[in-house]
Amino acid sequence: MTGPAILLLLAGLGAIAWVSARARALRLQTVARATGRRDAVHSLPGYHGWYVALWTLIPAAIFLAVWANVVPGLVTQSVLADPAAQSLPLDGFSRSAILGEARAIASGDQAGAFNPLSQGLVEPYAQALNKYGVAGGVLALVLAFAGGAYAFTRIRPDFRARTRVERLVMASLLIASLIAIVTTVGIVASLLWESFRFFSMVNPIDFLFGTKWSPQSAAMGYGNDDAFGAVPLFWGTIFIGAIIAMIVAIPLGLMSAIYLTQYASPTVRKWMKPTLEMLAGVPTVVYGYFAALTIAPALRDFAVAIGIHGASSESALAAGLVMGVMIIPFVSSMADDSIAAVPQSMRDGSLAMGATTSETIRKVLIPAALPGVVGGVLLAVSRAIGETMIVVMAAGLAANLTVNPFASVTTVTTQIVQLLTGDQEFDSAKTLAAFALGLVLFIVTLLLNIVALRVVKKYREAYE
Amino acid sequence: MTPMTEEQINLTIDNPKMSARDVKVFYGEKQAIKGVSIDVGMDHVTAFIGPSGCGKSTFLRTLNRMNDTVASARVEGEITLDGENIYAPSMDVVQLRARVGMVFQKPNPFPKSIYENIAYGPRIHGLAAGKADMDVIVEKSLRRAGLWEEVKDRLHDSGTALSGGQQQRLCIGRAIAVEPEVILMDEPCSALDPIATAKIEELIHELRGRYAIVIVTHNMQQAARVSQRTAFFHLGDLVEYGVTSDIFTNPRQERTKDYITGRYG
Repeated sequence: MTGPAILLLLAGLGAIAWVSARARALRLQTVARATGRRDAVHSLPGYHGWYVALWTLIPAAIFLAVWANVVPGLVTQSVLADPAAQSLPLDGFSRSAILGEARAIASGDQAGAFNPLSQGLVEPYAQALNKYGVAGGVLALVLAFAGGAYAFTRIRPDFRARTRVERLVMASLLIASLIAIVTTVGIVASLLWESFRFFSMVNPIDFLFGTKWSPQSAAMGYGNDDAFGAVPLFWGTIFIGAIIAMIVAIPLGLMSAIYLTQYASPTVRKWMKPTLEMLAGVPTVVYGYFAALTIAPALRDFAVAIGIHGASSESALAAGLVMGVMIIPFVSSMADDSIAAVPQSMRDGSLAMGATTSETIRKVLIPAALPGVVGGVLLAVSRAIGETMIVVMAAGLAANLTVNPFASVTTVTTQIVQLLTGDQEFDSAKTLAAFALGLVLFIVTLLLNIVALRVVKKYREAYE
Repeated sequence: MTPMTEEQINLTIDNPKMSARDVKVFYGEKQAIKGVSIDVGMDHVTAFIGPSGCGKSTFLRTLNRMNDTVASARVEGEITLDGENIYAPSMDVVQLRARVGMVFQKPNPFPKSIYENIAYGPRIHGLAAGKADMDVIVEKSLRRAGLWEEVKDRLHDSGTALSGGQQQRLCIGRAIAVEPEVILMDEPCSALDPIATAKIEELIHELRGRYAIVIVTHNMQQAARVSQRTAFFHLGDLVEYGVTSDIFTNPRQERTKDYITGRYG
């Protein structure tokens, strides 16, 4: 029996369980109503239906999930017990290659064998697969029936099916939210593990404070010393994401927020705000295009024209400017929220003193909204330093430690992309460096986010 | 339209500080004030009373053009300050609001220090020549607001850390600091406890004569306690205006009488 067939069958069983349980509860309800007690049946018939259906499906589903993970091991064991397996080589790699091929043929994914040894194992494999498949299917169906029958016998007028179903709904919601958390933990764990391996090859001090970044030379056998100094990358990231981009995004974002909250008429606001927020929806690769093909060459020509040395066709300025534009909606919508959250009474108070609108904005609204604005800027910075596509396309690969905005610099994210694209061996320091960089980036953005959210939260409470 | 009868003869007073003539206020299509004429004098506290939604706060806000901040609001008629029409194009609203200060229903100190709250207005209008000058203004304003003794040792603490009553006196001090001629108070005690309310009322007594004070209140006892003249508003009309003791002991209009005796409101 194949997997999809079993699942379909189970779904059918669940539907039958729902219909029949509901029908039974309905009958009970009718009987109870006839005796004149309308509260005689605790839960609505639909809840009884769900209760029985869930009892039919969930145990069987859990069993199948576990079974799917256990079966490959069992199958391999039984194949190895077959006389045909005695001739297999003992060496692990070729052995598992042969087994894999036999399995692929047996399950119909592959037409013929390259290795004659695997041809002999196809038959035992097919048998074992079939055996365990049927066993699993039968067990699942038995479980479904058992669960359904157990639940069905519990349908009584005073049975609290609704409470049980509600509890189950809650549990499933909890699981849904746990999945996101568990995934995060898993990612962090893998980052930590790979970084740990990297740091066993490269001294963390050299990594964090070294100023020479040339992983290629390390890969070519010149040794790991001095090759993984990440300071140029950190500098490039900060230069582009936290300095140039913010010089663009903070004033523009703040001013547009002020205009939208204080000056714009409702009609203008209705059109401008969504338009501005559309900027945030443009795929970053499009910005990357724009930065690499339009802005960067223009800046290079400009720099050459005014005689700046070291101007490159990929520059920190191009990437930073475009990233700044991309970030504007983040800053402006956070600033917008926090300015709008300053109570109207504060504004009235200032206007009633004879202050003009702009005095009120400068002296009352902005100071009062400042924590929220700062929180927004921190979130924007954390977004900017994690941004990849624009810098990959427009910032360049040369790990220069320079303050010349027209020169090419590289960032943490760009280097991660460089280190991990293409075929890589996962035991060299060069590849593992990507994980260490990822870890640093993760920690920094996490801290920025925590600080930003705290600041914003504290501020929100101030006026409530 | 309420007929203009001899009962409303008290409408005008000698030497008015501000006078309104046939003032109508619209919010979009809706008319909130239906032709109000009234004089406000320098020597007494004027109370506006009336049930919720009667237009008394709306009318108060026309006196320093705070309705300008409401996009849909439109004001017709004439309001003068010392004989000068405040809705004339030549009138600078910034100057007007410096002369006609306002205290709001809920204390709304800026999230700045006590000192900075008071210094805010003088700084905007350039009233202080230097730090020493500003110190004098701050102390004088806080003294007049009856808050100096309580806060003189912590002038640089945040204004929002004060109690509600102190905050409201801070807001009064803030309004006083720009040397206004008229102070409008929009239910200044409605968010305060009875003790804080008593302090504000006492303060209003002390400020009388120095400023023309107009106070909107829900509380008829308060109107009776603090004011010398009372105007009763109902459904956008000014029903009756006169000496406070007359209004409360001998109302001429049926509606006023009903309101004061608690028939509605």
